[in-house]
Amino acid sequence: MASLDNLTFAPPPPFAQGEVLRAEVRAFLAEHMPERAITQGVGSWGGSDREFSRKMGARGWIGMTWPRRYGGHERSALERYVVLEEMLASGAPVSGHWVADRQSGPLLLRVGTEEQKRAILPRIAAGECSFCIGMSEPDSGSDLASVRTRAAAVDGGFRINGTKLWTSNAHRSDYMILLARTGEAGEHRHGGLTQFLVELKTTQGISIRPVHNLAGEHHFNEVVFQDVFLPAANVLGEAGGGWQQVTSELAFERSGPERFLSAFTLLVELTRALGPAPSERACIALGRIVAHIATLRRLSRSVAGMLQAGANPAQQAALVKDLGTTLEQEIPEIARQLIDEEPDRDSTRDFVAVLARTMMNAPSFSIRGGTREILRGMIARGLGLR
Amino acid sequence: MSEARGLVREAAERLFEKHCSVETLRRADGGEFPQVLWRALAEAGYTSALVPESAGGAGLEMADALSLLISAGRHAVPAPLAETMLAGWLLSSAGVSVPEGPLTIAPVREGEQLRARRDGALWRIEGTATRVPWGRQCGRIVVLAQSDGQNLVALVAAADVEFSNGHNVAGEPRDDLVFAGVKSQQAGVSPVAGGALRALGAVMRSAQMAGALQSVLEMTVQYAQERVQFGRPIGRFQAVQQNLAVLAGQAAAATAAAEAAIEAAAHDLESPVVAAAKIRAGEAAGICAAIAHQVHGAIGFTQEHRLHYSTRRLWSWRDEFGSEAWWAGRLGGAAAAAGADRLWHGITAAG
Repeated sequence: MASLDNLTFAPPPPFAQGEVLRAEVRAFLAEHMPERAITQGVGSWGGSDREFSRKMGARGWIGMTWPRRYGGHERSALERYVVLEEMLASGAPVSGHWVADRQSGPLLLRVGTEEQKRAILPRIAAGECSFCIGMSEPDSGSDLASVRTRAAAVDGGFRINGTKLWTSNAHRSDYMILLARTGEAGEHRHGGLTQFLVELKTTQGISIRPVHNLAGEHHFNEVVFQDVFLPAANVLGEAGGGWQQVTSELAFERSGPERFLSAFTLLVELTRALGPAPSERACIALGRIVAHIATLRRLSRSVAGMLQAGANPAQQAALVKDLGTTLEQEIPEIARQLIDEEPDRDSTRDFVAVLARTMMNAPSFSIRGGTREILRGMIARGLGLR
Repeated sequence: MSEARGLVREAAERLFEKHCSVETLRRADGGEFPQVLWRALAEAGYTSALVPESAGGAGLEMADALSLLISAGRHAVPAPLAETMLAGWLLSSAGVSVPEGPLTIAPVREGEQLRARRDGALWRIEGTATRVPWGRQCGRIVVLAQSDGQNLVALVAAADVEFSNGHNVAGEPRDDLVFAGVKSQQAGVSPVAGGALRALGAVMRSAQMAGALQSVLEMTVQYAQERVQFGRPIGRFQAVQQNLAVLAGQAAAATAAAEAAIEAAAHDLESPVVAAAKIRAGEAAGICAAIAHQVHGAIGFTQEHRLHYSTRRLWSWRDEFGSEAWWAGRLGGAAAAAGADRLWHGITAAG
């Protein structure tokens, strides 16, 4: 029979002490959750709120797993998981530090120079420093190896020319990690790529233009680099090793609770709208979604446990994201079958407004962080079919 | 998985591999009881896994015993292993000694209730139980009956019961039984209520489905690598790959849900994790069977190929001990009653 070992999920490690931390997070949220419309928390990791990020940093909940000497707290991946899922389930505004905490910080930790690490990681952990991801381009979405932004070697560094697109939160971020071409792609198309640290607020020659999404929200940006000089010290990791760095970074991006909780606010409002004794049909629909979330949570915690143990569960992570985003996209479709209301994002009624926001954001769930088709291709590779 | 459980599972895989050949499955499909397989299961202690050692059973840890059923599901074991384990558990809960041989339990359908009354030194059982698994192939039936507000577990002889034969779509006996004052000399009061019996049955079916889904995935991936059309294995086509990825995801979800329920069942049969497992595995069963058949094409739709031994069981098991809709209705009803602001608490508390 075919070997399916690449897709085995180890049971999540037992973690009873996580419940103490969970209670701390819930108490924190009860005290510090900002007063705002519930729709603010929909679709994009709760929106950005630096004050809230600072408070989380002060509690030691950003960079939780990093070494203390870089401002981290040397806690386990499972403890971090508890904080993440509690924040997401409550719709807390964690978007300001989300990318830095999840992937930019860990990447710096792995491949950054001592100077880069000391300069940046403590600021991330304090909630003072935000990152965006400079990978996609106008002609380079899923096919990341085709990036054309050019980093030409010049005296003392590099000169960057090119355009990044779909760069979420570039307008609010302190840094971008830029993927650019420094050499020829070579036979396997994966050579000649290098990552750079770019200070967005001080570097000359960068222009950032908003690209509003169909919900009218400003998350995306087009970021144009025109003869931008970056000193050699801004190379992140190995010159020419960008592809390997990017792919390992993406494994962190795929299996977290953000991959099945994007529509959780809507589920809460649906439950509220249904009331304490809904129809049999509504109970069945709600119970099914709860069963799916409980299962996804176990799979996702399993991946967190495997990452903690030093394994590389890239294919399992792809599988969790595929299952999770499929459920997230189903939730608005189910909600509208159960409550006879027309979605309106400006409504003062929470269910109606959250339904509209979630529905309009839903297409992005299976595009960002690797499209459904790319992920299924990765799973097929895990099955030995590619 | 604990080391002990890993060893139990490995031994079980070897035993099932040896005794569940396609030939055995074919004969069982024709109504022949697999005696050789059954003896092996009994000798290995699997049939009495949930009977304490002090009562003459194998006395496995509940979670180890239940995880055996994942392996049993992988191999489509065509015998009342889960039912005999369940019956032994029920008898032991009432302090009644467990006889040898295949056993089943009744009632298994929601809303059905049997009654027990005293008759001198005996008990008399009254009522109807439908869709009793393997009924006619088990010499004895363990009934859970109501008697003056108590749960009475009683052992009755199949020969004393009126049978009306039926089958699930896997061809396994699912019989309607009429108990017209059927006598029992071995009975005892049990703390186990009908809901707990149904819940443990649901965990067992979830485990069996998880195992069956794993083997369906393996068979289908292998077939896609071997079957050549348009000059290459069909597994090279992206359309087929994408479907197989969905199949793999569903199988993984079902396995995770079943493993969670196996862990929970040992200490809390009312855990929402039990409901979640039956819902999730049941949903995966339908999706995966459809994809597996699509990939296998015409040959998979025949009796000559072994795929149907797994897919027909999946189509049966998802409806037994409560369908997805039945469990989801309960789970969703409880979530709604707890209220929107307790929804996340409920999910995290379940583990």
